[in-house]
Amino acid sequence: MELVRNLMVILFTGILTENFILNKFYGICPFLGVSKTTGGAVGMGLAVTAVMVGASAVTYPIYHYVLVPLHIEYLKTICFILVIAAFVQTIEMVMKKHIPPLYKTLGVYLPLITTNCAVLGVTIINIDSGYSFIEALMNAFSGGIGFLLVMLIFSGVRERISSCDVPKALEGTPITLIAASLTSLSFVGFSGIVDGIFGG
Amino acid sequence: MEQYLLPILFFLVIGAVIGILLTVASKVFYVKTDETVSKISEALPGANCGGCGYSGCDGYAAAVAAGEAPPDLCKPGGVQTAKKIGAITGLEVGDMERVVAFVRCNGNCDATEDKFTYIGSGSCAAIERFYNGKGKCRAGCHGMGDCIRVCENGCITVRNGVAAVDPTDCIGCGKCVKACPNKLIVLIKESQRYMVRCSSLDTGKETRQICKNGCIACGLCRKKCPSDAIIIENNHAYINTGKCTGCGICETVCPVKCITCIQTVVSIKKNGERKSE
Repeated sequence: MELVRNLMVILFTGILTENFILNKFYGICPFLGVSKTTGGAVGMGLAVTAVMVGASAVTYPIYHYVLVPLHIEYLKTICFILVIAAFVQTIEMVMKKHIPPLYKTLGVYLPLITTNCAVLGVTIINIDSGYSFIEALMNAFSGGIGFLLVMLIFSGVRERISSCDVPKALEGTPITLIAASLTSLSFVGFSGIVDGIFGG
Repeated sequence: MEQYLLPILFFLVIGAVIGILLTVASKVFYVKTDETVSKISEALPGANCGGCGYSGCDGYAAAVAAGEAPPDLCKPGGVQTAKKIGAITGLEVGDMERVVAFVRCNGNCDATEDKFTYIGSGSCAAIERFYNGKGKCRAGCHGMGDCIRVCENGCITVRNGVAAVDPTDCIGCGKCVKACPNKLIVLIKESQRYMVRCSSLDTGKETRQICKNGCIACGLCRKKCPSDAIIIENNHAYINTGKCTGCGICETVCPVKCITCIQTVVSIKKNGERKSE
């Protein structure tokens, strides 16, 4: 029961209060770059979720069974970058060969995620928070779902902005950043909700 | 000494492992790319206009190579491109007819009115999304020129509140068809001489009340047509291109003058330009 409760806390924290984009400000480049249309935003969100979970599953054992016994934990950042990049490349090749329809929808986003800070961030947070393997996977999954949710909400906001009369000086990136900060404010409103639900 | 050697060794090992892994993976999961795709891509104009219904010239090339698309969908490339693609793929290419865009609305400022005064973003998409259009007719042209902005050949103009296409320069890419939020623009064959310049599906009485130029589905054109080319459906007249001989009787009998020769639309535009000069 304790494990289930922990997992639920991690899930809701990752999606609402500690959202990767709007609270930790990781993965801002895809957030601003690929959120112009709903279809692209969902594709990117799903790809990030899949890569986050996969990368966590790969880096967790490498840290605990290779880096820790050798006493070179301080190398985890650079090591994880290498491993994640190789992992994403492999996934891309496997997908291209065996699941072409999935490659067509997610494939274009995969190279963009290779060096994404949200993916690297989640693997390092897993280690720093002292999560068990299952908890680490759940943390990655909730981070990815939170990412997907925000991408989806924000793409809707941007589609509406695109047909609005924006003052000349604010056109393009400025109005996008203003909209992003307002969306971020709305997520700050969730603080304390997880403690409230689970009596933490 | 060990504290310096260990990290170096570690990265040598991990680099080697990843290198070998990726090399093996690229061999195991190698996907053969089709040569015909790149050949077809070269034959296409490379305008990426999307008129064929695919994501761009590369998307269309892949679809043709896979046998999913016919070789004559590229409208800017025309017959020549279709023949080139036919030579590469060995597919039969018939004679392709040029298509042009046509705006199915003539609800100009003299014929119909706005239901409110609109002040705001100058785009048809915004008016459609936020207010369901500004004119009394739900199916009418908003006249804000979203189609003009996407047209690369500059053959669309808004005259008296309604967009009109000049077919002489139109390449039939279909960008305006996608841009129009009210779906008023259609691609028609150049040989089709007569079109109903209205897309309202309201009853004749309702149409009469909101627009002088709207089709009221009276059926006069159907009765007078010598070749049975006109059908009345959903309170609207449609001209069957296969049967139409281009005699022009429907144009003369139409009481609301909504059936027009597509060439006349051009001459209206030309006259208008001469006046404004």
